[in-house]
Amino acid sequence: MATALLNIRRSLVAMVVFTVFFGFVYMFAGTGVSQLFFRHQADGSVSAEGSTLIGQNWNGYSTTRILHPQWFHGRPDSDDPLVATGKPGESASANLAPRSEELLQDVHALVVAWHKVGVDPTTDLVTTSGSGITPDISPADALVQIPMVSKATGVSAARLRALISHETRGAELGFLGSRYVVVLQLNEALAKLEK
Amino acid sequence: MDFLWTIVVLVVVLAISWRYLGSYMAAVFDGRVQFLAWAERPFYRLLRTGPDQEQTWKRYATSLIVFSALFAALGYLLLRIQGSLPLNPQHLGAVPPGLSFNTAISFLTNTNWQNYGGEETMSYFSQIGVLTVQQFVSAAVGIAVAIALVRGFSRRGSDTIGNFWVDITRCMLYILLPIAFVAGIIVVSQGAVMTLAGTVTVHDSLNGVTQTIPRGPAGFMGPIMQLGTNGGGFFDVDLAHPFENPTGLTNLLYIVLTLSIPFSLTYTFGKMVKSVRAGAALLAAMVIIFGVWVGFTSYSEHQPNPAVAAAGVTAQPTGNMEGKEVRFGDTTSALFDVAMTQTSDGAVDGANDSYNAIGGFGLLSGMMLGEVTPGGVGSGLYTILLFAIVAVFIGGLMIGRTPEYLGKKIQAREVKLAGFGILVMPIVVLVLTGIAVSIHAGRAGPLNGGPHGFTEILYAFTSQTNNNGSAFAGLTGNHAFYNVVGSIAMLLGRFAIIVPSLALAGALAAKNIVSSSAGTFRTDNTMFVGLVVGVIIIVGGLTFFPAVALGPIATALSHKFYSVMPLLSHAGMAFSHLWAVLR
Repeated sequence: MATALLNIRRSLVAMVVFTVFFGFVYMFAGTGVSQLFFRHQADGSVSAEGSTLIGQNWNGYSTTRILHPQWFHGRPDSDDPLVATGKPGESASANLAPRSEELLQDVHALVVAWHKVGVDPTTDLVTTSGSGITPDISPADALVQIPMVSKATGVSAARLRALISHETRGAELGFLGSRYVVVLQLNEALAKLEK
Repeated sequence: MDFLWTIVVLVVVLAISWRYLGSYMAAVFDGRVQFLAWAERPFYRLLRTGPDQEQTWKRYATSLIVFSALFAALGYLLLRIQGSLPLNPQHLGAVPPGLSFNTAISFLTNTNWQNYGGEETMSYFSQIGVLTVQQFVSAAVGIAVAIALVRGFSRRGSDTIGNFWVDITRCMLYILLPIAFVAGIIVVSQGAVMTLAGTVTVHDSLNGVTQTIPRGPAGFMGPIMQLGTNGGGFFDVDLAHPFENPTGLTNLLYIVLTLSIPFSLTYTFGKMVKSVRAGAALLAAMVIIFGVWVGFTSYSEHQPNPAVAAAGVTAQPTGNMEGKEVRFGDTTSALFDVAMTQTSDGAVDGANDSYNAIGGFGLLSGMMLGEVTPGGVGSGLYTILLFAIVAVFIGGLMIGRTPEYLGKKIQAREVKLAGFGILVMPIVVLVLTGIAVSIHAGRAGPLNGGPHGFTEILYAFTSQTNNNGSAFAGLTGNHAFYNVVGSIAMLLGRFAIIVPSLALAGALAAKNIVSSSAGTFRTDNTMFVGLVVGVIIIVGGLTFFPAVALGPIATALSHKFYSVMPLLSHAGMAFSHLWAVLR
């Protein structure tokens, strides 16, 4: 009995100390250091037009038509629809199986939509991402959209190609992960070019 | 080519950590690392214990269980009163009872199965004071059990196996805290968020989009969740979220953090039992299986997605990108997810549910092997030691000698405890999956139809019983059935292996070490590595093959596309029949 009580007492003390130290002290110290040295990143890499790490919808939330051919588009789910309603956007993936009838239908609708604006879409442009809020597309995904964007904006294909290669980043240290374009930054650069 | 470089860097970094982190951990648990003793001593005085007060295995286990039970209760309580606690800028209300119970058990058992989306369920107080704390503590408890078992091998004629309170404190203070803190700074510098300021609203004048973006102290939660092979992230999509895993560099860092302690513990083991070769043998068994799984899973994900191909996408040169992030790519995502399923971490950087059939099989089967390649922090080592004892026993039967492992005679009691520890997981997984597909509440869970729906259920129980927490996220788990049954799976998968492991530690510590002779069965050579790999594969393969055949293998061989549900009940019936036959 005495050992049981001693164990309970030890547990209670340890729980309090661990919660304070490994929960709050650790996280508050981390927040302090981050805010001191990397404030921009720690606050979410936010600029006037949005965060370079969170996707935006450039398509007017349509899944059957491309409504705004004057912009480069991200992946179809790059901005959760909830965001439009002013509720904080929740990250989520579609989680459809590789032999899902629903996935087949969704992708088919997007392929048709892209063909209508003269684009033969890459995989990324018709499939959803893991986070549901990714801001990135691959350089190839941007390149296939050039005919559409060029026609809608009047900017020549050659200048758009140069723009894409200028905005390409990623593959840290040359080999980690893949090369990608942040759609927001690409479209900001495009808007500057048109002015 | 980039993928090959990633592998090369990973191997080099892990090799260095194996040697140096491994020996550092041995020093910590031997009490030779003292630089924070000034912080340790007053704490031990408060607990009325200390490094000189050694415990028998029963005392050790009792301390562990009382501590765990009370800590789970505290977690449950804090989640239930979340609405009245500070640090809640989004004004989130109390977490519902079933979900609070499931979450408290999930983080206590190092599982981090999440039946909720973090950013719209958990306040900052809960993320910090309940979840992050358990990511330290549950990791330390796992490592402590492994070290206790190792002491069973290294001591002779001893009735004690260490002091639970000292072991977990030293583990957190000297190992987990410093590494996690440094990694946190790197992750934030790459773009992870670390703020207590709540959401931010931005308006883009170019496209007219207004966004309210959730933020929070995610940057320092990621490193400890990975280092402790916990895997339960701040945001719903875990490490696919750009605010938690912003670049290819952080992605690799998270893989390294996850794999470093489980692999390095084999060196710690070798060092403590004075046979680094024995530790290297276990490492080799882990690496062989891990490497094969990385190979075929990455290959599978580099193949086209059948639904996307059928929908009219002419070529998929970048592999199956459904549910994957562009900044990581197909093969690196596969490497990440294999590392997370085989370490009991369970974090994801994409949607596992959308993996090709064989890729999904790679993730599922990695867990079915018992989480020993390399397994969770601590749990990987103590579980592979159970496999090693069974391997020694089988080897002993072949040559007709009383088996020994590291000079300890392996007798009936040891083999029984090891066998029990190994069989708990498959029994719990198969019985609970059988129940789930047989009743309506269980069948209501899966999102996808056909054999894939069955896989979602099987995956959920495999993941929870192995304390992994990885999810084929299509399963809607926040129902009474999955909340309660899942918690039972997690508790059994954790404590029904910990207790026999500690009992084994006690039994072994009491024995003498017999000196080896020419007839001794060697446990540090290629032959033994092969035997351990064989036992792991055969136990996993034989117990799970029928279930896997109904799930991912059926999906892989199929040429049809399935809508939600109808075929699932067939899978359920087939499974019940099979179960009846097997019995």
